[in-house]
Amino acid sequence: MAYLYYPGCSLKSTGRAYEESMRAVFAKVGIPLEELEDWNCCGATSYMSVSELKAFALSARNFALAEKQGGRDKTTDLIVPCAACYLGLSKAHKYLDEFPDIRSKVDEALAAAGLKYSNNLKIRHPLDVLVNDVKKDRLAGLVTQPLKGLKVACYYGCQIVRPYAEFDDQDSPQSMEKIFRILGAEIIDWPIKTRCCGGSLSGTVPEVGLRLSYLLLLEATRRGADCIATACPLCQFNLECYQPKMSSLYNEKIDIPVLYFTQLAGIAMGLGEKELGLQRLFVPMRYTPAPAASSGGQHVTK
Amino acid sequence: MSPSNGQTNGTPKVGVYVCHCGINIAGKVHVDAVVEFASKLPYVTVAKEYKFMCSDPGQDIIAQDIRDGKVNRVVVASCSPLMHEATFRKATAAGGGNAFMFQMANIREHVSWVTHDKGLATDKAKALVAAAVERVTLHKPLEKTKVPVHADVLIVGGGIAGIHAALTLADSGKKVYLVEKEPTIGGHMAQFDKTFPTLDCSACILTPKMSSVRAHPNITLWTYSEVSEVSGFVGNFKVKVKRKPRYIIEDLCVGCYECIEGCIYKEAKVKDEFNVGLSKRRPIYIPFPQATPLVAVIDPETCIEFRTHRCKKSCATACERNAVDFNQTEEIKEIEVGAIILATGFKVFDAARIPRYGYGKYPDVYSALEIERLVNAAGPTGGEVKMANGEKPKAVGIIHCVGSRDAKTNKYCSRVCCMYSLKLAHLIHERTDAEVYNFYIDMRTPGKGYEEFYDRLLEENVHFIRGRVAEVNDWAITPEEKGKLIIRCEDTLIGMVRRIPVDMVVLSTGLEAQADADDVRRMFNISCSHEGWFLERHPKLAPVSTFTDGVFLAGACQGPKDIPDSVAQAGAAAAEAMALIDKGFVELEPNTAYVQEEFCSGCRTCIALCPYSAIGYNEESKKASVNGALCKGCGTCVAACPSAALQQNLFTDEQIFREIKGVVSYV
Repeated sequence: MAYLYYPGCSLKSTGRAYEESMRAVFAKVGIPLEELEDWNCCGATSYMSVSELKAFALSARNFALAEKQGGRDKTTDLIVPCAACYLGLSKAHKYLDEFPDIRSKVDEALAAAGLKYSNNLKIRHPLDVLVNDVKKDRLAGLVTQPLKGLKVACYYGCQIVRPYAEFDDQDSPQSMEKIFRILGAEIIDWPIKTRCCGGSLSGTVPEVGLRLSYLLLLEATRRGADCIATACPLCQFNLECYQPKMSSLYNEKIDIPVLYFTQLAGIAMGLGEKELGLQRLFVPMRYTPAPAASSGGQHVTK
Repeated sequence: MSPSNGQTNGTPKVGVYVCHCGINIAGKVHVDAVVEFASKLPYVTVAKEYKFMCSDPGQDIIAQDIRDGKVNRVVVASCSPLMHEATFRKATAAGGGNAFMFQMANIREHVSWVTHDKGLATDKAKALVAAAVERVTLHKPLEKTKVPVHADVLIVGGGIAGIHAALTLADSGKKVYLVEKEPTIGGHMAQFDKTFPTLDCSACILTPKMSSVRAHPNITLWTYSEVSEVSGFVGNFKVKVKRKPRYIIEDLCVGCYECIEGCIYKEAKVKDEFNVGLSKRRPIYIPFPQATPLVAVIDPETCIEFRTHRCKKSCATACERNAVDFNQTEEIKEIEVGAIILATGFKVFDAARIPRYGYGKYPDVYSALEIERLVNAAGPTGGEVKMANGEKPKAVGIIHCVGSRDAKTNKYCSRVCCMYSLKLAHLIHERTDAEVYNFYIDMRTPGKGYEEFYDRLLEENVHFIRGRVAEVNDWAITPEEKGKLIIRCEDTLIGMVRRIPVDMVVLSTGLEAQADADDVRRMFNISCSHEGWFLERHPKLAPVSTFTDGVFLAGACQGPKDIPDSVAQAGAAAAEAMALIDKGFVELEPNTAYVQEEFCSGCRTCIALCPYSAIGYNEESKKASVNGALCKGCGTCVAACPSAALQQNLFTDEQIFREIKGVVSYV
C-alpha cells in the first residue's frame, strides 16, 4: 500500500530532522513515501483565524492534488506528520464533508483552478500508520538495538488527538507508548502528555509560553525521564531550544533531550545519526543503545 | 367470517372530518382548503372541519351524520392512529355504523409537525385525505374477537422494582413468576449503604421484602435464571425460562456456609461481585448474608473441579445435606402468563471510559458504588473509609456527572447522582472528618425532602464547587500538592481555574441501559429509546405500558430513577397488569388473514411460514385455510402467497392499491 506524504512548511525548515527520520524509518518498515507534488500551505493557524473559508480552500487544493496523484479509483492515504498541518487538514476534511454550503464555495474555488475533490481521501498521522497499519511483529523484527533501560516521556501536545483524530484517546493517548514498548523502552507515567507546550506564545508572549514548556520539562525530569519523544515540530522546537533560557529564568536546571518519535524509533532500528538527523539536536541524545543480545544500553554522563 | 360475504353498507357515502387540533394542524395546514378539496372527491357526501375532532362534540358530529343517513363510511384527518384510532372507531360505532368502516389520515405527525411550508403541508394533507377516502370505500364491516386472559404474571428482574411489583400482585391473589439472572434478588439496592434523603439503612428496608418474596405462596422465585423465549400475545404469552445450573440443589441447601468453608481454596481469590471487586470470594459462595434465596452457588469459571476435574470436592463432603451436585444441568421451564412486567434495571457507567479522571490508574479514585460498599458496615472494610495505604483520607473530592450530561458519553442527566453524592458526602464526612468537596454542574434535587437534605449538607460544611472537572492526576506543582491527587476544574462561580489537592476521589457515575437491553427488547418485542432505555407507550399518559400490549415496565430499565420512583412505577405496572387480568378477556383486532379458495393452488408455502401455526390444509379440497382464532395478523402468509389467494382483513391488496392510487392521483 502506497502512501502520499504531505510535508508542510515545518518539515522543510525547523523540522528537517522529523522529515529525515520519518523517511528513514518508514523506508525501513517498508512503507514507501511519495511526496505530494506542488503542495501548498495547509491553511493552519494564521489563515484559519483570519478567514476560515480561505483556509479550507488551501487545504482542499492539497486534497484535490493528492487524489489526482494517488489515483482516482481508490482511497488515498495522505500522511501528515506536522501536528498543526494534521489538525488543519483534518478540520477541513471534516467541514467539507459535513457542511454543504462551505463545500460548494470551496468546490467553486477548486474548479477555477481546474481541480476537483471527491471525498476519496484519508488524513493520516504517521503515528496512526505505524500503530494501525504495521503489524506488531514486523515492527519488533526491525529492532536491532532495543532501547533497554531508556525511560521515555511520550509527548503528544494538544493538536494530534484533539479534536478530530479518531485513532487514539483524546485524554490518554497510547500510540507512542505502544511503539516504544515494542522497541524495548520503558515508559514513564506522565499525566500531562497532552498539555499545551506554549505554541507560538513562546515567541510572542514568552512569560506565558515558556512557562508552559517549562512545567512540562520539569515534571518529566522529576519523574525520571531520560528523554521526551514528540510528534510535532513546534512542540519539539519549544521544548528543546529554550532550555538554557528557562533554566536561568526559573532558576532550575533543565537539561533533557527532546526527540521526534521517529528519531527514537530509528535508533532502535540501528539507523545512522545522519539518517535520523540526530546531529541537528541542540540537546544531544546521551544514550547509546546496546545490541539486542546484551542486557541494556548505556547512559553517557556528561 | 369472510368479508366477501359480509354486508357492504350499500353505496359508499364518505364523511371526511378534518381536525384543527388547535393550532397543531391548523397552524401549518390550510384546513379549509383540505375540506374544500375533500368535498369534491368521489363518494364524499360530507366534508367538515372542527377544532378538536377527538372532543365529545367532535365525535358527536360523526355519530349524528351517520344517524342522519348522510354518511356510511368515515375518514378523520387528524393525528396518529396510535393516538385516536380507537376514539373515532368508537364514534363511528356510536352512530350505528361498523367501527371498521373508518380510516384515519395522519396530518399531524406526518404533516404539520414535520413540514415548514404551509403550501406544501396543505398539499400533502390533501394527498393523504384522498388516499384515505379511496381506501375507505372498500372497507367492509368486521368484528373483534374476544380471547380469555391467563391470570398469571411474569416479572423479569428481582431488584426493588421487580420485588415490589411481585409482592403487590401476589398479595392481590395473582400467581407470579419472578425471574432474576443473578443468584440472588435484591439488585443494586442491596449494595447501597443508606438511602437518601432519610438515611435509612438500605438493607434494613429491603431485606424484609426479599424474605417476603421467598415466603409468599403466590410467588415462584427463579434466581440464576433468564427468559430465553417469548411467544404468544397479550393475555396469552408462552415463555421459556432457562434455569442455569448453580450446582447446588436449591431445595436441600439451608445456607449454612459449611460448603464454602470446606472449599479447597483456603483463601478467597475471586473478585466479589457484590462488593464490586473490593473483596474476594471463593468459587463456591453466597453473594451476601441476606441473599435470597440463601443458597450457595458454584462459579464454574473459577472452580477447580470444573477447570481440571481433579478437585477432591471438599465442599461436597462438607455438606451434610448432600446439596452439592456437580452434574446439575441447565433446565428449561415453560410457563403461560397473561402479562409481563420488565424490571431489568440499569448498568453503572464504567468510569474507565473517561481516562482523564484516572479511574483504574490511581488506586484512590473510586466509583460511587465502590464507596457505597466501603461505607457499609457489612462491606469489605467494615464501614471504614480507608485509602489504599490504609490511612484515613483528609480530603475527598466527589465529581458529579461522570458519564452524564456529557456529549461524549451520555447526554442525559442520570437523575440520582446529585442526591447520592450528597449522601456519600455526608457519610464520608461523618466517618472520616475529612474535608469533602463536591464538584457539580448544577445541583438537581427535585424530590420530597431532597432540597432540605442539600441545605443540611451545606450546614455540615461540605464544600460545593460549581464547574466540570477537567482532570484528576498526580502532577504536583506546589509542595502542598505532593503525594496528593490533584483535581483541576474551572470554578464558574468565581471565574477561575482551581487545583484542589485531595487524598481520595469519588466518581459519581451515571446510569446506563443494561448491556443486553437490545436483546431483551427484541425478545419481548418492545422498543428502546435512543439511549437504550425501554420505551414507554406514552411519556405522560402510559408511562408503564409499552407498544406491545400486556408488556409493562417498572424501574430503571425505562430510564434513570431513584428508589421512590422505581417503587411507584412498580406499583403502577402491577395495577396495569391486574386491570388486564381482572377484565378476563382481550379483544383482538380483526386484521386476520383469510384464503380466497378459488385462487389457492394448494402449494402450502404459507403453512410452513406461519409463526402461529394458524394455517391448516384441507386434504379434500386441497386448499389452505386460516384458523381465525390463532391468526395474529402478521401478514407473512399474505406476502408469501404466490397466487395472492391469501388476503388480510383491513389490508387487502385492493385496499392498499386504492390507497396508493389516492396519493398518486393527487400528485
